[in-house]
Amino acid sequence: VRPNRTSADRTWAARIGVITFPGTLDDVDAARAVRHAGAEPVTLWHAEDDLHGVDAVVVPGGFSYGDYLRAGAIAAHQPVLRAVIDAASRGIPVLGICNGFQILCEAGLLPGALVRNAGLHFVCRDQRLRVESTTTAWTGRYTPGAEIVVPLKSVEGRFVAEKSTLAALEGDGRVVFRYLGGNPNGAVHDIAGIASADGRVVGLMPHPEHAIDPLTGPSTDGLDVFRSAIDAILGSVAA
Amino acid sequence: VPRVVVDVVPKPEILDPQGQAIMRALPRMGVHGVRDVRQGKHFELDVDEDVDIEILHRIAGELLANPVIEDWTVRRL
Repeated sequence: VRPNRTSADRTWAARIGVITFPGTLDDVDAARAVRHAGAEPVTLWHAEDDLHGVDAVVVPGGFSYGDYLRAGAIAAHQPVLRAVIDAASRGIPVLGICNGFQILCEAGLLPGALVRNAGLHFVCRDQRLRVESTTTAWTGRYTPGAEIVVPLKSVEGRFVAEKSTLAALEGDGRVVFRYLGGNPNGAVHDIAGIASADGRVVGLMPHPEHAIDPLTGPSTDGLDVFRSAIDAILGSVAA
Repeated sequence: VPRVVVDVVPKPEILDPQGQAIMRALPRMGVHGVRDVRQGKHFELDVDEDVDIEILHRIAGELLANPVIEDWTVRRL
């Protein structure tokens, strides 16, 4: 049995914020993944515009504001998101998972949008993915083309974008994760995750934070997402 | 107080599976001849006199609709 560790017990490699909105579900797992990777998770609250000096930010999954209006639409206008947009402009790594991805698209930090699955059904499965880009702040630990398995659980997971946006994403190597073994939701070009132009902001529909420990997930393939961010943080500190 | 209506619909090129589900239900209720259904959202806003059309389009484009996937119309009643 692993003893519970608190931030007072050890020195952490970095501090990574995890945002909680009303309706967020996966903030606890995201914080756990951050801790497993070796960074201190810092709780960030939707109503605050202060990121408490964190080195990176995770916008976790769930149903912020009950998916009212559109998934992520209300969260994108909250004070903490203004702080995230400001921090992202300075190059702080930001990861949006599932509803977090929807929020980052609604906030304009990532292009495109997530809409209702083509089959209308909620999809919940262990999903195979290919890591298409390892030059982002969240994928540096992977080998290019690596195949990983992480849970996917969403009903508004179909990524869409205008043709010109799509061409730019593909042309610039900003498609980060692609679905393998059949497209679960009708996403264009089988896209599961994308990055910002500078590679610091990444969003994906599947849940790497649920795949960090064989006890609770289908694999440990997701852990390197969080380890990659720590590398990116320490790398930019060294630089 | 003037009332404004904003209607939001998915862009033509965006697949609308909810509209398609409605389409598939129509023959089951004995209705034929409906060529297409697009499902959208209807907003009714009661606004002060000084809320002009520019502000209304800002409300529509930045919050009520997502311009990546949706078109909108604004009309005063």
